[in-house]
Parts: sequence; C-alpha cells; structure tokens
Amino acid sequence: MNYLLRGIGVLATVGTISMLAFSLPSGEAHGDSGGDALPRLTHKNWQQECASCHIAYAPSFLPKASWRRMMGGLDKHFGENASLDPATQADILKFLEANAADAGPSKMGRRVMQGMGAKDAPLRITETRWFVRKHDEVPRATWSRKSVGSAANCAACHRQAEQGVFDEDAIRIPK
Amino acid sequence: MIKRLFCSGLAMLGMVAAAAGAAETPASLMARYAQAAGVPVSALSASRGAALYRTEHPGRNAQTVSCASCHTDNPKQAGRTRVGKRIEPLAPAANPERFTDAAKVEKWFRRNCMDVLQRECSAQEKGDFVTWLSQIK
Repeated sequence: MNYLLRGIGVLATVGTISMLAFSLPSGEAHGDSGGDALPRLTHKNWQQECASCHIAYAPSFLPKASWRRMMGGLDKHFGENASLDPATQADILKFLEANAADAGPSKMGRRVMQGMGAKDAPLRITETRWFVRKHDEVPRATWSRKSVGSAANCAACHRQAEQGVFDEDAIRIPK
Repeated sequence: MIKRLFCSGLAMLGMVAAAAGAAETPASLMARYAQAAGVPVSALSASRGAALYRTEHPGRNAQTVSCASCHTDNPKQAGRTRVGKRIEPLAPAANPERFTDAAKVEKWFRRNCMDVLQRECSAQEKGDFVTWLSQIK
C-alpha cells in the first residue's frame, strides 16, 4: 500500500516536473516544436547566394555581430572569394540580422546564445559552445571522412538539413 | 566624340542586359568578351581556354589549385565545393544553363579567378574559357 502510494507520488512528481519542463518555453512566437527543427525561412538572395557553395546556414546559428563580420569579409570567406554586389550583400545581411540568434524569440537562437559572451562574434558555427556540446560524441575521425568532408557539411549526416530539420531521428552518419 | 558616345551607349546597354539577367548564350558572351578584349571572336582560343582550366597554381597548405580542383578533370561531370556541395557541370553540353546569365558568369569569374590565379581574369581569358567549354561535345 505504502509502496503503491509512494509510486503514485513519484509518478505524479515526475509528471509534473516534465510537464513544467516542456511548458516552460511556451511564450514563444515561433512554434518550432520540441525537436531541432528550425523555423522555415524564405529569402531569395539568402537561399540563392549562400546556398551555392554550402547549405544556407540558419541565421539563428550565430548572433548579429557574427553576421556583420561575415558579410563584411566575403572576399576572404574561409579562404575563398565569395564577394557579392553591394545591394545583394546588404539585403542578405538585413535578413540575417533580423533572424540572428540574438534577434528574437527563437528557441534555437536561445540555445546558441547560452554561454556566448556579449562581445563574442564567432565566424564558425562549429566553434560555438552550442555546436561543440551537441556534437561531443562524434569522433574526430568521422568529420574527416571523405563522405563528410568537414563539419561544415551539415547535410552529410543531417539528411534533411536543407529543409531545416536537424532532429536526431533524421541523422545518418555516412561510412 | 561620337565614337565615345556610341561606346558608352553600348556599355550601358550591356550593363542593363546584365542587370536584368537577360538571356545570353555562350556565343553572345564570347562576342562580348572578344569585343571587350578588342579582338575578333575568331581570335578566341579553345586550347588557351583548356590550359587556363587545367593549369595548376600555388594554393593553400602547400597544395596546388586549378579550376579542375573543384570542377573535376572533366567539365561535363559534376564537381564538389570544398564543403562537399555538388557543383553542376560547367560544360553547356552537360548543363544547358551555363553561360546564359551574364551577371552570374561575371560573379563566378571574379571570385574564382581571384581564388585560383590571385587576380582577375582578362576579357580575353574569359572569352577563351567560354570558347573551350562551349565546343565540348
């Protein structure tokens, strides 16, 4: 009897805590559910230009200050010339700033900003604490596999990365 | 004076066409580049274009770099960017969309010539390059 009551008590406590935990971030403007799905964004120049060499990385992966640095140095973009005409460049930056990790109430943005210093402006998403923590179980050798290429190639493992889906179930690490 | 007016008129027309993304063809681009280089189209050379594509230049990490590094030895094949994204084939025979948008062509010549040659390509070089790629069957 005692055990039964205690069991019910434990279940109720666990239930309440988990309900609380899941309902805490509810005042959210973007309904980006519980998974790692990103809000669907559309912006012609961002999609066309940024995605010609790599996937169009979500603006919420980096803070505004990072995007400003990034777009100000496109002629030396990780060792490659990715320069744009000034109008296109300004248009993309405006979009990136408006949707950056520190721009609004996005769940992904909040995660990325955790542990980010006020003056931090990293250029590599892969160097943010959020990314490192999320990928700490991936061995170094996996990143350098020919089928992966580099950690910048999200879609190698996150097969639906281009659609903004980063859920664990959608991951398949290639051989 | 009249000649100068005519030339700037032509240049403006060209700019308008580029801004509008007006449909070009490899042949019309060759004509433009030849004109910009001040040579007849017949002076463009496919073999010089092929050499431009294949010549290795000093690159990063003590490696060499050429157009073929990303676009592969065979421009009818798809290539890969440094982060692994597919690059559609460069040769119009395999990818009819190539060399149909002057602004896009200019953007990629500017970027890639800077990366591979550490300088911009001349109009003659661009003309040679398009000449070579467009005659690949």
